Amino acid sequence: MANQQKIPFTGTKAQEQKLRKVLRGLKNVDGALMPALQQAQDIYGYLPIEVQEIIADTLGLSLAEVYGVATFYSQFTLTPKGKYKIGVCLGTACYVKGSGDIYAEIQKQLGIESGITPDLQFSLDATRCIGCCGLAPVMTVNDDVYGKMTKDQVAGIIAKYKN
Amino acid sequence: MINLKINNIPVSVEEGTTILQAAKKVGIKIPTLCYMKDINAIGACRVCVVEVKGARSLVAACVYPVNEGMEVFTDTPKVRASRKTTIELILSDHNKECLSCDRNTHCELQELAFEYGCNDKRFVGAHHECEKDTSTSYLVRDNSKCVLCRRCVAVCRKIQEVGVIGPEKRGFKTQIGCAFETDLAGSPCVACGQCINVCPTGALHEKEEIDIVRAAIADPEKIVIAGPAPSVRAGLGEEFGYPMGTNVEGKMATALKMLGFDKVFDVNFTADLTIMEEANELVERVKNGGPLPMFTSCSPGWVRYLEYYYPELIPNVSTCKSPQQMFGAITKTYYAEKMGIDPSKLFVVSIMPCTAKKFEKTRDNQNASGYPDIDAVLTTRELAKMIKQNGIIFNELPEGKMDDPLGVYTGAGVIFGATGGVMEAALRTAVETITGEPAQDVEYKKVRGTKGVKEATYEVGGMKIKVAVASGISNAKKVCEKVASGKSDYTFIEIMCCPGGCVNGGGQPIMSSVVRENVDYKALRASVLYKADKKAELRKSHDNPVIKEVYDSYLGEPGSHKAHEILHTSYVTRTRYEK
Repeated sequence: MANQQKIPFTGTKAQEQKLRKVLRGLKNVDGALMPALQQAQDIYGYLPIEVQEIIADTLGLSLAEVYGVATFYSQFTLTPKGKYKIGVCLGTACYVKGSGDIYAEIQKQLGIESGITPDLQFSLDATRCIGCCGLAPVMTVNDDVYGKMTKDQVAGIIAKYKN
Repeated sequence: MINLKINNIPVSVEEGTTILQAAKKVGIKIPTLCYMKDINAIGACRVCVVEVKGARSLVAACVYPVNEGMEVFTDTPKVRASRKTTIELILSDHNKECLSCDRNTHCELQELAFEYGCNDKRFVGAHHECEKDTSTSYLVRDNSKCVLCRRCVAVCRKIQEVGVIGPEKRGFKTQIGCAFETDLAGSPCVACGQCINVCPTGALHEKEEIDIVRAAIADPEKIVIAGPAPSVRAGLGEEFGYPMGTNVEGKMATALKMLGFDKVFDVNFTADLTIMEEANELVERVKNGGPLPMFTSCSPGWVRYLEYYYPELIPNVSTCKSPQQMFGAITKTYYAEKMGIDPSKLFVVSIMPCTAKKFEKTRDNQNASGYPDIDAVLTTRELAKMIKQNGIIFNELPEGKMDDPLGVYTGAGVIFGATGGVMEAALRTAVETITGEPAQDVEYKKVRGTKGVKEATYEVGGMKIKVAVASGISNAKKVCEKVASGKSDYTFIEIMCCPGGCVNGGGQPIMSSVVRENVDYKALRASVLYKADKKAELRKSHDNPVIKEVYDSYLGEPGSHKAHEILHTSYVTRTRYEK
């Protein structure tokens, strides 16, 4: 049933200490789970089972409850992001301008459906409107924004970030 | 008191009462689907909506508190239309294989659909894609029949405090499952089956073993033995229209023989045997300095909980196998030898109020004869199903009797099915073992009743013995915390996984939310067992003549080397989630 691609957990002792400190501050706070998950994601970049278990045990919740919240909100991610996070806007304006094709081309170039490449360099996400519809269709790589994209520009942009 | 009108009928109720409860007082049943008394009140399904004068929209009666001067209407055209649409929307994404569904004719969704004259094809659209989870030996989850009522989640989280399932994802993709979408076998589920008992539809049921039992019965080479647990006789009648709290032991014995079992023995007998070993173990631990307190080991859901969540307390659990496992073990050793039967030809079927027993039979170190102690486990519900499938008119059957020799039991054995029963039975024997004198009073009333945690202190031969009895995992957790922190002064602790004990096990007949609303089912079922005990000629396990015979001619003393080989077992530490 599990369909997530399994990336080995590489959390450090320092990250764990930081998380535990955050959790100590939240221990008797009502509604602690949301801030706990948000800060854990800030520390680790994503919310793997190892991290969610620490949160569940410390806050006295079951793992299923923590997982339920982590999968309810789209701000949380269960898979790590790549060194370069690629986003393609599939909001209305970008979509009618053909961002679906851009997305498909990136999938083809990276060889993944979504998530992260095996070398952990690139991750791919479909995003909602990022607020620059005038540039549609838009893709982003970390903080760089590429507007008025065409399919044949994709390979060149990805190449810029390789190695 | 709050005064309001429901359908123009004035009623006064206490503050904090919901519209649903207030309506009941004036004789109006508001339909519900996600609501279940003491377990789930979240107003999620919108089936219980009613009109409140002045309110902006319809409100959910199960969670809406009454207030002064309120005027409620429960059956207006608007209310009926809303309920009907809600049910039809649920039906649009429901796997409607009702004819062959386990819950056909006792499904709460089916009843509602009928009551509201629903058209199950009014909305046609996408269906959830989901696989059945058949990963465990005891339970099947089929989310294509799930209505997302969250009753199973509530019972797992709030009543059992295990919380291995929950809603995940959102919107149309919402589903009930385990963390990280592992299957149930990959989660620290204790196998209690309480989720099955609260499910309004056929999304949850036990893993059936009827076919392998039928195959064994049809095999001329096999000698097929049945052994029903104490609580089965206290619940089975409900499947045939008897009032709750009816003892159907005699009819059950007749039915089992008609189904083709070669011998019908009784797990009550091995409940007595358990007491012999467990009371002896307790006395030994008290004499030899522990480890104390000692926990009972009859409830496989409890044992599983301990292995997952409190492995440090494993040395405190009695090493006695459960009555079910002892039943198989003694049948395939003592009985096989006595009758000159090769144990490989024996096929032992236990009938249990329990789903965890289906898991227990697969545990390691449960094969005293060299063959599995137990070959198949049927729940009370599966037995009822077999009886119906065979065209046996249960209600008209003559009263039968369990067979000799392993069908002979005392009152101590029969009360095992109620919370506190094992404790009481053990005390009856332990006290006489310690004092060496026959006890006059055999009733230990302080450990009876359906309270979650019970405590009592008894003077035995100049010694003070403090005992605790807990049922339901949330209560077990409290006791475990106390013991683990070193703050307990208990000597002996009985724990049952299900609230109220085995009479309320996950394999017992399913009660709809309406029945649960109105009946103290735990006490009613338990009363069957206490009445049988009261009536019994022999009420102490060590007075059972067959038990005496088994020790005299075969096992030697309780706790002997041979008894250990056949009747005792060991436990393991379990990892909650494999990574």
